Amino acid sequence: MTDIAIEAKDLTRTFGSFTAVDHISFEVRTGEVFGFLGANGAGKTTAMRMLIGLLAPSSGTARVAGHDVYTESEAIKRSIGYMSQRFSLYEDLTPRENIRLYGGIYGLTRQQIRERTDRMLARLGLAGVADEQVRSLPLGWRQKLAFSVALVHDPRIVFLDEPTSGVDPITRRQFWELIYEAASAGTTVLVTTHYMDEAEYCDRISIMVAGRIGAIGTPADLKKQFGVDSIDELFVRLARPAEKRIPDPGSPIPDPYFPSDTKP
Amino acid sequence: MSTEGPAEASPPRSPIPDPRSLAVLVEGLVKRFGPTTALDGVTFGVEKGELFGFIGPDGAGKTTLFRILVTLLVPDSGHASVLGLDVVREYRALRQRVGYMAGRFALYPDLSVEENLRFFASVFGTTIEREYAQIAPIYTQLEPFKDRRAAALSGGMKQKLALCCALVHRPDILFLDEPTTGVDAVSRREFWDLLGNLKQSGLTIIVSTPYMDEADRCDRVALIHRGRLLAVDAPSAITSAFDRPLLGVRTKDRYKALLAIRRYEHAHSVYPFGEVIHYTDKRADAPVNQLDRELRGFLVASGFADASVELLAPSVEDTFIARTAASDEPRSPNPNLEPPDPGSRIPDPAPRGAA
Repeated sequence: MTDIAIEAKDLTRTFGSFTAVDHISFEVRTGEVFGFLGANGAGKTTAMRMLIGLLAPSSGTARVAGHDVYTESEAIKRSIGYMSQRFSLYEDLTPRENIRLYGGIYGLTRQQIRERTDRMLARLGLAGVADEQVRSLPLGWRQKLAFSVALVHDPRIVFLDEPTSGVDPITRRQFWELIYEAASAGTTVLVTTHYMDEAEYCDRISIMVAGRIGAIGTPADLKKQFGVDSIDELFVRLARPAEKRIPDPGSPIPDPYFPSDTKP
Repeated sequence: MSTEGPAEASPPRSPIPDPRSLAVLVEGLVKRFGPTTALDGVTFGVEKGELFGFIGPDGAGKTTLFRILVTLLVPDSGHASVLGLDVVREYRALRQRVGYMAGRFALYPDLSVEENLRFFASVFGTTIEREYAQIAPIYTQLEPFKDRRAAALSGGMKQKLALCCALVHRPDILFLDEPTTGVDAVSRREFWDLLGNLKQSGLTIIVSTPYMDEADRCDRVALIHRGRLLAVDAPSAITSAFDRPLLGVRTKDRYKALLAIRRYEHAHSVYPFGEVIHYTDKRADAPVNQLDRELRGFLVASGFADASVELLAPSVEDTFIARTAASDEPRSPNPNLEPPDPGSRIPDPAPRGAA
């Protein structure tokens, strides 16, 4: 297998006359923690929906876990895990039942489900509440459980959409340790967040600006390149023009992925 | 977590202001929902004209507190008055004078921007035209989209519309429940700039947020966790109450270093914070240069030759972590909570254990 987990080239999606994602190209390596940042409306969600096989691109190509987003979206869905802030677990089921449900959906055997349930509950320290309704658990516990459930079928890649929104600072950090743990075991992680300190936890990040990639690289390199002290500062600098969605010709943003002939 | 230092003795408090200048006075407020205690004896005061922030994660009790203060929910015990009006007995008079922006987008998605605003104005017996001066600084940004359905607005625009609707009846005090949650870092800044401008007009503003870095935008903040206030003070006073030196470790392989430092015998707390690992030592009173030198020695011996150690100024988030790490251990009532106000006019609230 290659060591490229996600590969997008000129990936584009339009809705009528509106170009939500505008020729983005990037690669995510296997085992990498990749931060996918951008202002509200910059096109993150549309891009992510194309990568997880839920939305067909208008043009461009992308391969996720080696599968083509146009023709192999079902294979993509089996190779990835997905967790969103809004919905990941059934709240009126228990942790044990949620694991069994998702394990079953992904075709694990009873034996596998039993083993993984015990291992996950022990790892998360949730054995004591394994049979209580998920809705009764604190948000931070639910999010940690949801992350583990997203990994129940050993996916090659896991997509996390604002997984730590509203979570307390201690649990937020414990959550990131779970991410590191998964990444060091070889799982590729693509994560979105509005906490700019979390951007610094990523191996590499991209910042989407008005449907395009305004910056991509390691946090340290980007700070050096743009002469800023933090990713927060960089984000504010880049993302501001996104609201108007007018490309700024005088922008200092280096744009390695957009030769001028591909621009509309 | 291991030891509980003397710093957990009692939360730092700013001097209690003159009760007559208080816009909000809350004493021993308790609210339960079945087995869950949402508010567990909350006491604080907000001065007129203050920009006051409640900082805490989801489930801390922020929304319950706000709903009580805007008369949508009745407390089980304790007292609360807003603008000198009791939130239970005088709710009718109070409702005319508070502006409230709920955490969830609470406008009518099928109505246009202008229709939403017109509706909220009419509920309070006024019109957009009459109140235009009050809302103009924000509404002018929305006016180009006034015929758009509210559902079709971007996140930042929705928040601005909700703020307009909360302001249209010229309230004397504004309660904003998590107006910046889920909003990107740029729109968050813009929203706080708007609040800063509103404050200039003399409005009292009470905001809640889960983003610790927004604390610095407030005159004073309350850190709230599991229904209790951990501290109430100016952001600078809250961080200066951090009880021991905070060291920052920079190294290439942060995750491995994090795990290594946890095994260091003197480690008190170790957690990632952006690109730096934040570290405190069990020996709270040891000189910084000794702690620094020994930690660096440990790192080098553990194979992190590139590691650097520096003294850091603690942030509100560091303080929150330190206080919740201590309070998370026992789930039993915490006797160190808010002491009763010495300067309060209101007699002691009902004993907390009684209900």
